[in-house]
Amino acid sequence: MIFKILRYDTLKDARPHFQEYRHEPRQQDTVLEALKDIRDTQDPSLSFRYSCREAVCGSCGMVINGRLTLACRTQVRDLRSEEVVIEPLPNLEIQKDLIVDLTPFWEAYRQVEPFLQASGPVPEKGHRVAEEDMEKVFQYITCILCACCYSACPVATRDGRYVGPAALAKLYRFAIDPRDERPFSALERMDGPEGVWGCDTVFRCNDACPKDVRPADGIEGLRRKLIAGKTKRLFRRKP
Amino acid sequence: MIRHDLLIVGGGLAGLSAALGVDPGLKVAVISKVHPLRSHSVAAQGGINAALANHPDGADDAWERHAFDTVKGSDYLADQDAADLLCRRAIPTIYELDHWGTPFSRFASGTIAQRPFGGAGVPRTCYAADRTGQVLLHTLYEQAVRRNVVFYDEWLVTDIIVRGGKIAGLVAYDLAGGDIIPLRARAVIFATGGYGRVYQRSTNAYINLGGGIGMAYKAGVPLKDMEFVQFHPTSLFGKNILITEAARGEGGYLVNAKGRRFMEDYAAKAMELAPRDIVARSIQTEIDKGNGFENQFVHLDLRHLGREKILKRLPGIRDICIHFAGLDPIDRPIPIQPAQHYSMGGIDVDAACASPVEGFFAAGECACVSVHGANRLGGNSLLESIVFGRIAGESASAYLRGGALESGGDREIAETARALMARMRAVHEREAGENVFQLLNQLKRLMSDTAGVFRDAETLRRGLDELAVLREAYRRVFIYGSCGRYCQEMVVLIEFEHMMEIAEVILLGALERTETRGSHFRTDFPKRDDAAFLKHTIFTRSDKGPVITYRDVQIGRYAPQERKY
Repeated sequence: MIFKILRYDTLKDARPHFQEYRHEPRQQDTVLEALKDIRDTQDPSLSFRYSCREAVCGSCGMVINGRLTLACRTQVRDLRSEEVVIEPLPNLEIQKDLIVDLTPFWEAYRQVEPFLQASGPVPEKGHRVAEEDMEKVFQYITCILCACCYSACPVATRDGRYVGPAALAKLYRFAIDPRDERPFSALERMDGPEGVWGCDTVFRCNDACPKDVRPADGIEGLRRKLIAGKTKRLFRRKP
Repeated sequence: MIRHDLLIVGGGLAGLSAALGVDPGLKVAVISKVHPLRSHSVAAQGGINAALANHPDGADDAWERHAFDTVKGSDYLADQDAADLLCRRAIPTIYELDHWGTPFSRFASGTIAQRPFGGAGVPRTCYAADRTGQVLLHTLYEQAVRRNVVFYDEWLVTDIIVRGGKIAGLVAYDLAGGDIIPLRARAVIFATGGYGRVYQRSTNAYINLGGGIGMAYKAGVPLKDMEFVQFHPTSLFGKNILITEAARGEGGYLVNAKGRRFMEDYAAKAMELAPRDIVARSIQTEIDKGNGFENQFVHLDLRHLGREKILKRLPGIRDICIHFAGLDPIDRPIPIQPAQHYSMGGIDVDAACASPVEGFFAAGECACVSVHGANRLGGNSLLESIVFGRIAGESASAYLRGGALESGGDREIAETARALMARMRAVHEREAGENVFQLLNQLKRLMSDTAGVFRDAETLRRGLDELAVLREAYRRVFIYGSCGRYCQEMVVLIEFEHMMEIAEVILLGALERTETRGSHFRTDFPKRDDAAFLKHTIFTRSDKGPVITYRDVQIGRYAPQERKY
């Protein structure tokens, strides 16, 4: 098989280029295993991120035969192709080969205050939370922050200020957590084109997500919360 | 030179917990060779133990019972005062994590749910479906973001500088910048994780090379109990991805090729929920006897749990089976085999996480307090990382408050950094040589072949001989690429040097411990020998190789007895 891998050392190369490697993966190999074998036996200078190899750490998001996904969770034979083209995540600057600079992604994450805000001391026997309320959060906590959605998002492509699907889904995860007491103003910080109204609702994030988080559901949920909150405020005011 | 009061190395649960435990007035930073959320803690699945007594079958649970189960599980090699501390602090720790946002699964009453786990007398393991490590790591990282903790992401620490028995600083390789960076610190906490990838078959992340443990050892910090390596009973055949103990906790069966629940022959009462050492050995014995499938695996059968329970309690396991083995556990049994999973041994620290080197602390899997002794119980490692991470943060703060003086050392640190650069240049300038990735693969095979679930004097000696050959080969190591930015060759090259130290002490410790205890099973000495070996093994480095001494175990309420399950 042929593996065409994008190579780019920003300090040495004028521009990115594809390098071809011949490699015959074993029957059940993933793309990550193939990349490691190519590196270990053919070209130790090849750089890519990896860690858990079981789709839970979020390190190895990349574009494989045109599709945004995790290299560790993609079986080579499922690609049904004699050629595998591997490129780094789009919408982010390449640092080296398949490694991109995730700084904008992490900055967006920090912007939404991605932490539970519960006031007061720790309750002596823990918080009481209805089983089904906690389970509503579960859709969003499977997010591994791999940035596949951010890379798939057409809004992030044209406007670097947009915080993107993962950050908004994270905010929604806290907004629906019964233990969270953040003020409405914390949601309102995302009440603009850089936040929930930036989304084009073309659902590319949902398609790209390797963990079935459906971040667009979170964006939709935040929009509803914002409208409901503002409507409530409108009617509370005396004419 | 970058200066901090305290540097924490490792951004997994122990490192983050340490960062959250330090005095806010101190200048602290967390250094991690990967982004903290990529740390191996993220892969833990089944849960975290605390005697909350929320489960109807465990309404009378108490931290003392948790401590007893931990000590018995450890085959009595755990220090009982440390086990008490762990289990007592478990309860407020869980409530604090809940308050910080961990989405623990709930019972219908709204309390934190608990499930049965191996070696535990009652259902005591708190969880978030089967993604407990992920939610805990994200929670602690979120709290660290909230408190503006300083992070140096994607920096690999390469050297520890000790001066006059006191920590002076570190040297690190900044992967993104490609620079070697000297760092000055008055105290250092290592939270660098385990060494799973010294083995071929391991459930661990690829990054778990164990460099931190070997680096501390090379800097003169002793190691403890390194011969105790946990093999998890159920890793997915072929990939060795972890299939959580919760699969058995929720009622899964282990079945051999004859269709028999063979645990009946090994632990008739506890069955599949015996401690990990016993279950792993039972599975390996069945396979060795020819009762496995393809002489390589047995089945973990979840089908009788039903679709609904699997979807609700084990969704991550189902995903793993679908994506990595092409089967749905709702319809088909899971092929599993034992694989290296956890390092009971590690950097020798006391219950305050302090090492013999002043100002140098360690916590989590890289450390050995010891609370796990010869065999760790499932659900105790997340707990240990968080509890002792916090204790390390508190201890380091107290140490720094005690007016630890600037001991100088700028010159040594800068020299060490220069020496590293010179060494890398020399390696790079070689015309040809050994490929470090290939050496790593050889080391892994060596360890799996000679220091696995079963060992004896012959395999262990062979391991030591082969290791000596590898050491020779490493002297000819060579870097193919340019050693600039994101040079993973350089990362592995540096870590490999430390891994050889780890491999040597595992082999040697196992050879010298002529008894069987917990995870350490000597086929030539199949009985526990309390008279000679109810002791911790301590490894100290010398010019002539490791020096082994033994230290008494702290025994408290629980007198050692035979382990029956």
